[in-house]
Amino acid sequence: MITAERKPMEELIECLRPYHRILLVGCNECVTVCSAGGRKEVGILSSALQMAFMKEGKTLDVKEITLERQCDPEYVEELVTHIDQAEAVMSMACGCGVQEIAGRFKSKPVFPALNTTFMGASERQGVWVERCQGCGECVLALTGGICPIARCAKQLLNGPCGGSTNGKCEVDPDIDCAWQLIWDRLKALGLEDRYEDNIAAKDWRTGRGGGPRKIIREDLVK
Amino acid sequence: MENFEPVIVAFCCHYCAYTAADMAGSKRLCYPPNVKIIKVPCSGKVDAIHIMKALEMGADGVYVAGCLDGDCHFKNGNIGAAKRVAYIKKLLDEIGIGGERVEMVLMSAGMGERFAQTATEITEKIRKLGPNPVKSVNEAKTAA
Amino acid sequence: MKTESVLEKVFASGELAVTSECGPPRGALAEKIIEKAKMLQGYVDAVNVTDNQTAMVRMSSFAACVFIKQLGMDPILQMVTRDRNRLAMQADILGAYAHGIDIMLCLSGDHPHFGDHPMAANVHDIDSVQFVQMVRDMRDKGRFQGGDEILNPPKMYIGAAANPFADPFELRVARLAKKIKAGTDFIQTQCIYNLDKFEKWMDGVRDRGLHEKVNIMAGITPMKTVGMARYMKKRVPGMDVPDELIKRMAGVPKEKQADEGIKISIEAIERLKEVEGVKGFHIMAIEWEQKVPEIVERAGLLPRPKEFS
Repeated sequence: MITAERKPMEELIECLRPYHRILLVGCNECVTVCSAGGRKEVGILSSALQMAFMKEGKTLDVKEITLERQCDPEYVEELVTHIDQAEAVMSMACGCGVQEIAGRFKSKPVFPALNTTFMGASERQGVWVERCQGCGECVLALTGGICPIARCAKQLLNGPCGGSTNGKCEVDPDIDCAWQLIWDRLKALGLEDRYEDNIAAKDWRTGRGGGPRKIIREDLVK
Repeated sequence: MENFEPVIVAFCCHYCAYTAADMAGSKRLCYPPNVKIIKVPCSGKVDAIHIMKALEMGADGVYVAGCLDGDCHFKNGNIGAAKRVAYIKKLLDEIGIGGERVEMVLMSAGMGERFAQTATEITEKIRKLGPNPVKSVNEAKTAA
Repeated sequence: MKTESVLEKVFASGELAVTSECGPPRGALAEKIIEKAKMLQGYVDAVNVTDNQTAMVRMSSFAACVFIKQLGMDPILQMVTRDRNRLAMQADILGAYAHGIDIMLCLSGDHPHFGDHPMAANVHDIDSVQFVQMVRDMRDKGRFQGGDEILNPPKMYIGAAANPFADPFELRVARLAKKIKAGTDFIQTQCIYNLDKFEKWMDGVRDRGLHEKVNIMAGITPMKTVGMARYMKKRVPGMDVPDELIKRMAGVPKEKQADEGIKISIEAIERLKEVEGVKGFHIMAIEWEQKVPEIVERAGLLPRPKEFS
């Protein structure tokens, strides 16, 4: 999923200071799963924002809506009936959702309520960890199913570096050394020999190096 | 300010604090009438939004009363509630309402005195803090 | 011979090679680097010039190498993958070689987290193994990493680092093998304090015949104080400082600790000379360059061969 965290309240309050009526839009997908921007969080933020303004003797009229998926135009369209009543929109989706709304409603200011952080997985309840950087050319087959690009602090394709200590990364003892994990996994799979195949320098064009990316599925395009 | 009577919302777990309130009553223990009790099946059932809404609607203080450590009927509902209260405290600090308006307290069903004492202490604390700053706007709204 | 470099010639002659290092100054101070380098003149075959070591901004390795070259000495251009993408790296390699710098050390570099710009972007376009391969292909195939032909390809003598003490230990020989496969000509190891463990690593290196494919220089760093020893043990990732060594340092009065540190280094060199496959020493006296001549001399590594440079 795409993970995110709420921005500091001060920043959000500052964004909304000029307005009296806003739409606060959540998303039922990833940000609901990572408890950052689902219906529940929309309710809490709405309440917090209203109280923050009341404290200053002002009122903020917040219309709460949580869309099925903010990154799909079909769902964003549901805002049409509400958008005119609002002076601004605050989106609690990832950056994709924020931009989808901004693209659809060109004359309406749209503010992000979240900092979109990474593509990750739930490690346990309340803890999310980065797992993928979307490099566009997956190397997991070479590395025992553990991504050195997302999980090694130096994104070494031929690690580990000299800072691996007791299975932990030199940058932070809370981070597992990705290459220790890769090595353990290669051993478990009986693929130790693979380790000495030098992995070639990556072609970053499939990643961000090639500029903004696009996928076109001709069979689906209408 | 002089005749400020705070409104306190107490979310009380059915298995402990709510029964303790009963006990306080049957023992004829006095506690401030400012405390409005809401019975919940477990303190773990109290969501962040419930606390927020209570404050938004004008409560001056909110507390969640759950079972003693290890005594939760649902294993760890009280632990979850305490974490949520901590989260809300931080959020209230961030928006300038002040996290001290919200508390988590623990007690058992037999602690009538503790219930009365907690209710008194929290009421006095909130009385000192003064009215919830959102109140005036709320009142103006109602008046209009 | 793959290159014209002094280091390759020393190794070819069968003599033990000696290198040391200079950390460039944290300011536009030519005289600092010149002063440091001069302390080493005549005592070492070549001088490593670090590249933003410990992820702190310093004068560029390339610029400092040029100053050292102008003294008639042989610098080793250190370069890390942390700060530059492959375009910038290859550009600097061309520039350095055009200035007569023909030895380099290819590293990934300390993570920015440890330095004075923890907020900096972490480039790591390629890793140290791919870096070695790139420089080798520039030299041997005369091609840039992107495939285009190079006019007058830089003939770099290529070094890489090895840390026999990092985890997992069982990978440490294998990782060396990867660097050799990529084209490393010489290796400078992490500072060696745990000699037993280093020898165990060398056993593994020899078992696979890797010592015949690459020239391994043992890394030596003299300790100034027991405090430094403790700091290295506790705080420097991938550093193995045995307790006996700390006890030994702690066992002498404060004013004698520096001498004891030098003595420990010399004893280490004497012992490591006997290890088959050790082809030289890389003496990293951090902000203590003035002690290098004494160590080199007392360890019996003088005179340095003059005919190669």
